[in-house]
Amino acid sequence: MDLPGWQALREELHPLGVEIVAVGLEMGGAEVLRPYIEDAGAEHPSLVDETHELDARFGVTNIPQAIWIDEAGTIVRPPEMAIPPHVMRPDADGELQPFGMAARMEDPQRYANKLRDWATKGAESEYVLSPDEVIARSKPRPIEVSQAAAHFELAQALWRAEGFSERTLHHFEAAHTLQADNITYKRQAYSQYRVSTDEEPTEFSRFMQSPAEGEAWPFVSDFTADMAAMQEQREREKAERG
Amino acid sequence: MILDQLDIDADAFATGTGWEIKPEGACKGEVCVPLGGAGDPFDVAAAAGKLGMAVVHEPDAGLWAIGPESLGGRALTSVVAPELELPDVNGTPFRLSSLRGQKVVLVSWAPY
Repeated sequence: MDLPGWQALREELHPLGVEIVAVGLEMGGAEVLRPYIEDAGAEHPSLVDETHELDARFGVTNIPQAIWIDEAGTIVRPPEMAIPPHVMRPDADGELQPFGMAARMEDPQRYANKLRDWATKGAESEYVLSPDEVIARSKPRPIEVSQAAAHFELAQALWRAEGFSERTLHHFEAAHTLQADNITYKRQAYSQYRVSTDEEPTEFSRFMQSPAEGEAWPFVSDFTADMAAMQEQREREKAERG
Repeated sequence: MILDQLDIDADAFATGTGWEIKPEGACKGEVCVPLGGAGDPFDVAAAAGKLGMAVVHEPDAGLWAIGPESLGGRALTSVVAPELELPDVNGTPFRLSSLRGQKVVLVSWAPY
């Protein structure tokens, strides 16, 4: 969870004119998000995006991603992976431990340093992209991605009315197939399915996103398979670059 | 956007998709797409077709969903930040455009 890291960055950069807006992509709504936001002591706006509008409007496909928008409302970096520095938190024995994804990275400050550069240099920052680059680096959007978004929205509407019915699952399947690299569409469905179907859901249920051995699983993929596919893709891209 | 019938006006289309219907066509940011005959009177299915928006029908439930535009092959058609209006955790509507004058880092996260 990176909300504490975003709050720490916000404390540092808000005096320089930077606001963080954290958008929670969660069909379960505000009450699912609230404990994490309160735990982080978030002072920045925390919005609730039940239908993943961020995906449709900006081309977000995963978490955590971030978009930079300048003072005039111009996008200067499109959605890209964005990991704030970890924070230190006491464990059960009172020992400080790193908390956040960045703790596992070679350079936990990498993303924050780009952001600091923009905060101080503005349009002169080397990380500000030209309009052509911003558009070119945004996600591919063939008609299938539009179809996937429409199916995802239908799946959501049906789920609200009737839960994980056959037709709800049909529309999730269409979304997951038509835009296979949209990880929020997938993990959202897996997560909510667990919460809805576990007989006694725990606070960890929403993170159990792959079937147990022999378990019937109604989706075309699962978290373990998705991560393996992403790893393969990364290796293929690396090989192509030589 | 989700609909229970396709007979909607241009204002509802603009609210749902971010594309304003003007005499020159459907416009968002500095991009305008001519609509030909689909603009007046407004024809949602024809306008969606011009903008590369999927229209998916779920007949048993009586619902339609209109996907986002697919123009030029990229998720962003313009660098003008689209409006985004979402509730905060207390249900108060928040508009992204209310932060003009500040640099904004718009972050996606989820508890899964």
